[in-house]
Amino acid sequence: MDFQLTEDQRALRDGVRALLAGRFGPEALRAAVARGGRGLDRTLWRELGEAGFFSLRLPEADGGVGLGLPEAVLAFEEAGRVLLPGPLVATHLAAGEVAGAATGETVVTAVYGGLVEWLDESDAVRDAAGSTAGDGAAGAVPLTSVDPLTPLHRVPGGLPVDPPGDASPTSPAGPTGPSDPLATLLTSAEQLGNAARTCEAAVQHARTREQFGQPIGAFQAVKHLCAQMLVRVELARAAVYAAAVTADPMDIAAARLLADDAAVRGARDCLQVHGGMGFTWESDVHLYLKRAWVRTRRGGPATESEELLADDLVAGAGR
Amino acid sequence: MDLTYTPEEEEFRARLREWLAEAIPALPPKPSPDDWPGRRAYDLGWQRTLYDAGYAGLHWPLDAGGRGATPVQHLIYLEESEKAGAPYVGANFVGLLHAGPTIAAEGTASQRARWLPPVLRGEEVWCQGFSEPDAGSDLAALRTRAWRDGDDYVVSGSKIWTSHAEVADWCELLVRTDPSAPRHRGISWLAMPMDAPGITVRPLRTLAGSAEFAEVFLDEVRIPVAHRVGAENDGWRVTMVTLSYERGTAFVGEVVACRRVLGELAHAARGNGRWDDPVLRRWLGRLNAEFRALWRLTQWNVSEAERTGGVPGVGGSVFKLRYSHARQELYDAAAEVLGPEALDLDREWTRDRLTSLSYTIAAGTSQIQRNIVAERILGLPKGR
Ligand SMILES: Cc1cc2nc3c(=O)[nH]c(=O)nc-3n(C[C@H](O)[C@H](O)[C@H](O)COP(=O)(O)OP(=O)(O)OC[C@H]3O[C@@H](n4cnc5c(N)ncnc54)[C@H](O)[C@@H]3O)c2cc1C
Repeated sequence: MDFQLTEDQRALRDGVRALLAGRFGPEALRAAVARGGRGLDRTLWRELGEAGFFSLRLPEADGGVGLGLPEAVLAFEEAGRVLLPGPLVATHLAAGEVAGAATGETVVTAVYGGLVEWLDESDAVRDAAGSTAGDGAAGAVPLTSVDPLTPLHRVPGGLPVDPPGDASPTSPAGPTGPSDPLATLLTSAEQLGNAARTCEAAVQHARTREQFGQPIGAFQAVKHLCAQMLVRVELARAAVYAAAVTADPMDIAAARLLADDAAVRGARDCLQVHGGMGFTWESDVHLYLKRAWVRTRRGGPATESEELLADDLVAGAGR
Repeated sequence: MDLTYTPEEEEFRARLREWLAEAIPALPPKPSPDDWPGRRAYDLGWQRTLYDAGYAGLHWPLDAGGRGATPVQHLIYLEESEKAGAPYVGANFVGLLHAGPTIAAEGTASQRARWLPPVLRGEEVWCQGFSEPDAGSDLAALRTRAWRDGDDYVVSGSKIWTSHAEVADWCELLVRTDPSAPRHRGISWLAMPMDAPGITVRPLRTLAGSAEFAEVFLDEVRIPVAHRVGAENDGWRVTMVTLSYERGTAFVGEVVACRRVLGELAHAARGNGRWDDPVLRRWLGRLNAEFRALWRLTQWNVSEAERTGGVPGVGGSVFKLRYSHARQELYDAAAEVLGPEALDLDREWTRDRLTSLSYTIAAGTSQIQRNIVAERILGLPKGR
């Protein structure tokens, strides 16, 4: 057992990180925000395709890179770190099935958790079963997305919306069906990158911002927030990487819960450490929190994952 | 990233499993929790059984009498032992898991020859005399004094929260040998025989009702200078070695145990109807996620230790922080499953719930662990 990154995996991670730093740095992020979630950068999409981001797991015989889920998870973690916009997961999963997806010529989105991201900018829509044959997003209505970098549509009947005070029972699983474990895992990897980045940003700020004549990171109240962020990141990392190795649905469900928690709470704590600056539009922190929120919906309600893991306990497999 | 075990590791696991299946049914009945001499005899008996079968001190180096097993083999050993229901290290905790490894790493040849074999053979029990009434989290504030008198140190002061002090033969003792030096510089690490004149042990009752630990009073206790491990006044460095072992590997088997308890909880809830409560059910599901992840983190830390030569790093603090809280939550969930019975002290889960309260305190409190993570891993400035 050697549950650490191999040399090749490190090289891959560093390569993706360098590519994204050059191609989607802080300025590109701000420019994308300024576009208000319109106009997906198709040039960047094709560059990602050329770099093998979408064809990473496609066999070499089919023109892919021929790597596995652990490598894909490392790449998606890096995408999560820089808040790379677009239906990355859906396009990656469509590579080899939808013409042009592997190369980044075609942008493919999907219905996850009753929502469709980037519908107007996409060329094809996958439904819950992974098929692009039908019109998976028929009748989808736009909503004003909380995340300025992720336009969203809601699929009719996808997720029930209860008017306040209405006690009528709602069905937990909508017509969108069960969530796709692979999409959930890759999303968890993005959440991990999101969480790791906000932890770094908080630590960086805590080291440099001074109050009462010393860096705020010397105050335990701040220090302990940062320590807890790191603990959540490291636990999520172990869970996500393990799920990538085993591809076991229970491992994926566990990874999802821990990664969502690390991303959402990490972004909140990061905002807290930044003080008033954190509450401004100028700071990037809110972008990390909002994207983390969007991603939490992709795997369906968290309670579904919890139920799955509860069933696993009585099935005895959890021992 | 590889979670598969090598054929050698799998073979090691298979042989161990086979041996455990034979050894465990042959164990004598467990003594009652309050029967300290009985508990000592039971724990030492199991250690002797391990020794005879060649499983004693698996993770210790070969020249210390151990098997020189890799961290991964040690992980397999702890996992399989727990799964098979083998006895907990108990009274052997300090000797096997941190005093022994410290002596193996820092002791002289004759010190190793004197102290290590009896630990492995299950003949001697060690305790840890670090904390004092006014030096717990702030360990370097310790005041127990040691004066040189010929070939002896003469030691006076007091220690507190000393687990297993009543039944220990030896104590890893921290003393101040130079009161004029800066706090971290004047400390030495000594091996103190617990039967030396001048030692008084006063058991302290824990909130669980039993006397797990004690206060130890030292009144001019003579300890040979030859019992010092490491250089005089260099005890703080030696202590850091001890603490890295204490935090590094000591909880591995317990994660396995918690996963077993969680499965039992789910079955109990199915049996008594509590399973129909979706809030409780999902809480158990979330705990399943938590303990699965803690097990993965354990595997991550162990393979990292394997690559870096076996010394546990500060990653142990990350694990300890999360694990200690998760364990408490596990038994809170157990109380929710038990309902009113959770108030019955004769229920094992009720006693375990009480014991779980010590995990965020012993071996460095959660606050101290957060300081370690923030300062040593994240590089945040030290506060005053
Ligand atoms: C079951 C059990 C077994 C033990 N066994 C042993 C043993 O065998 N040998 C041994 O030597 N010791 C042992 N201990 C002692 C243990 O290591 C100490 O209790 C622990 O380090 C805390 O010290 P303290 O009790 O003096 O608490 P204090 O240090 O007084 O702490 C009290 C509170 O203040 C907080 N605090 C203290 N300093 C800081 C700080 N700088 N920043 C933020 N918060 C702070 C603590 O987190 C805690 O919440 C045991 C303890 C328990 C509970």
